[in-house]
Amino acid sequence: MATSTETAAPRGATGTRGAVGRSRSRAAYPTFRVVALVVVVLSLIAPLVWMVLASFKTNVDIYDTSKALFFHPTIENYTKVLKQANYGQFIFNSFWVAFASTSVSLVLGVPAAYSMSRFSMNRSALVVLMARVIPGVSLLVPWYYVFSNLRMVGGYTVLILSHMFVALPLVVYIMMGYFDSLPLELEESAMVDGLTPIGAFRKITLPLSVPGIATAGILSFIFSWNNFMFALVLSGAHTKTLPVAIFNFVGYASIDWGGLMAAATVVTLPIMVIALFTQKYIVSGLTAGATKG
Amino acid sequence: MAASTLTTSQSTPALARWANDHRKWLFAGPAMAFVGVLIIFPLAWTVYLSLTDAEGSVRAEKEFVGLGNYLDVLGDTARFWPAVLRTVEFTGVALFFEVVLGMGIALLLWRPFRGEKWVRVAILLPLVATPVAVGMMWRLIFDPNIGFANQVIGWFGIPPQPWLASEKAALMTTAFMDVWQWTPMVVLILLAGLTSLPEEPNEAALVDGATAWQRFRYVTLPMLMPTVIVAILLRGIDAIKTFDILYATKGKGGGSYHEVETLNVYAYGLSFDYNEYGIASAVLIIFFLIIVGSMWALTARRKGQL
Repeated sequence: MATSTETAAPRGATGTRGAVGRSRSRAAYPTFRVVALVVVVLSLIAPLVWMVLASFKTNVDIYDTSKALFFHPTIENYTKVLKQANYGQFIFNSFWVAFASTSVSLVLGVPAAYSMSRFSMNRSALVVLMARVIPGVSLLVPWYYVFSNLRMVGGYTVLILSHMFVALPLVVYIMMGYFDSLPLELEESAMVDGLTPIGAFRKITLPLSVPGIATAGILSFIFSWNNFMFALVLSGAHTKTLPVAIFNFVGYASIDWGGLMAAATVVTLPIMVIALFTQKYIVSGLTAGATKG
Repeated sequence: MAASTLTTSQSTPALARWANDHRKWLFAGPAMAFVGVLIIFPLAWTVYLSLTDAEGSVRAEKEFVGLGNYLDVLGDTARFWPAVLRTVEFTGVALFFEVVLGMGIALLLWRPFRGEKWVRVAILLPLVATPVAVGMMWRLIFDPNIGFANQVIGWFGIPPQPWLASEKAALMTTAFMDVWQWTPMVVLILLAGLTSLPEEPNEAALVDGATAWQRFRYVTLPMLMPTVIVAILLRGIDAIKTFDILYATKGKGGGSYHEVETLNVYAYGLSFDYNEYGIASAVLIIFFLIIVGSMWALTARRKGQL
């Protein structure tokens, strides 16, 4: 940041974007920037690499700090996770709960967001968005009360409903912003051409909203996949989701580090792969509405 | 809109016409019903429970005790107030570093450069990683005996630290994990804010001979302030409710000395480890009021500024 105060450096030949960057380019900033970026990337990636490396080590190698980077890789931990620990079932549970809660949230949330956007239902929108502020535990207690009395705790339905508590407000929030940004004229001209309002929504607005729906869907899938607390209370032995099942590798006396890291990798890897391919949607969803002020 | 609805609906059957005329609530109704049944009603139930002596079995009889639970909780200096302190400490420290580091990284990424794509991927990965798995990952790295963290500080001649095993350092170690995972979120929000800023003020300042620091302090930062507040607000709401990494690293009750027991962890333990539903509900209502209060304070400040 120690750039000097060169006042009238010759610039302005090309576009406006380069102007600020170029005046700095004589000083140390570019070098500093590269070094800083490398440090940032390393500190974000190294822990994840460490986790994956440990998942390929035997517990003996994990305890031997001299074998931090060089060791004989083994897939023993993964066979343990996938075969003995019944992870196939847990992977299915996580996937099914995330998929179902996302789908239902989209079916309920997209039309609701449309209505709230077009009819400026600000108070209703506020009620839905309030869900973001409420601590999950304060709903878990009454849910647990009601659903245990209905003998539903441990089933998929309760898990899906509880994950919708996160997914539905997210869908409404993202889609409201999206519908707000779509021009009204398209629908109006469609109605002049003879479509009913619902027809205009189905045939004009909805197809135009696919990027927004993708954003909302991907994000709510990820949030549901990562959700831990609801499943911790509401799932049963056979409906456990992956984040809860990880704890199978943590004993009271000792921890099976190799198995634990393999399990952690199995949980995070699918979501990271999804994120790599849908980066654009995730970023636009996470920053939705942030710049409107 | 009303006129066009009339003209088009003349040719359609009665049901479709009714649906079109009532589409506002037809569209919003199901979602509102979900919110009512699964969020509003449970919240009201929590308020009710907080006024009773509910404990033990969910089918047990409960008696109305008025504000007794609240008085008990507010007078509890053994568990409740330390938990409040830890919540404030954890949220404050995590938020501070996330915003400062987030701002720095966002400025680094602001202008285009080669390899930008790969840096952005690196930023996204911690953000989408499952928090419980992240907690387990750091638990291995911060292990006092075999952890990589002690190896790294060893390179700089610092003696091994107990990290999570220490009663004092555990909370800050978990705050560090939160910073690792969520700084990228602040980066993304601030970067979106930065790219939407107009270029002219910065160029004018440059022509006037402002240094890089001056341009940031007096031009960029004031323009970016609304986005910064949004980032603090969004991140703060989630940080104050942190549960997953605390539970993953220290287990029930925030460890044997409750060293990472924040309000959320405390309320969870009261509910599902001790089945003290009445007292837990009182803690939750107080917690909720704290969250709403701090949000209100932040937004009020924001309105006062602009």
